[in-house]
Amino acid sequence: MSEKPEVQYPPLPPVSKWLPVLLVAWLVPGGGHFYLKRTYRGLILAGCILLSFVIGLMMRGYMFQPAGGDLLTTVIYYGGFMADLATGLPFFMTKWFGYESADVAGHVVDYGTKFLVAAGLFNILAMVDAWEIAVGRKD
Amino acid sequence: MKMAFTHFETTLLLALFSSVVLGVVTKRTDRERLMYGLTSFGYFLATIFGLGWLMYLGHR
Repeated sequence: MSEKPEVQYPPLPPVSKWLPVLLVAWLVPGGGHFYLKRTYRGLILAGCILLSFVIGLMMRGYMFQPAGGDLLTTVIYYGGFMADLATGLPFFMTKWFGYESADVAGHVVDYGTKFLVAAGLFNILAMVDAWEIAVGRKD
Repeated sequence: MKMAFTHFETTLLLALFSSVVLGVVTKRTDRERLMYGLTSFGYFLATIFGLGWLMYLGHR
């Protein structure tokens, strides 16, 4: 049986080197990549995240609010809120501009909610990618 | 302004965005990114059509 060779990562650089990247990547979709001069990848990521977010808003998707209850409700509402929050500035802008949508049944609203959550999850992936570039684990 | 897509259009769009993002963040060279993105989109399409037919046949 062959063993996989262990990957040797370079030591983690000081927090001051990667924390600003992580913050910019969170607040501005694709921003971490722009900050690190990975413009094309940043543009592609920003495009996907923002389009997904705008489509979610135009389908009147529901923005999750943290709510407790049984386990499933807690996981869905807290998880959904964290995913929405992960979109960064677009999330805060919808709050500032007073976006409201009720959590009602219907496939259009339901898909809109999924688009909003997906935008946040895509931004988390973009943040992790930007962090890996900033700490030298990736080009 | 309100936008409304069909189930099929919505799943296609989600599949497209997911494939592009996964391709960009998981691979190291542009060629690998393109291949990974296309492969995942293909898998998404196969799942969409597979589940669609399964539901159609299951409801007959």
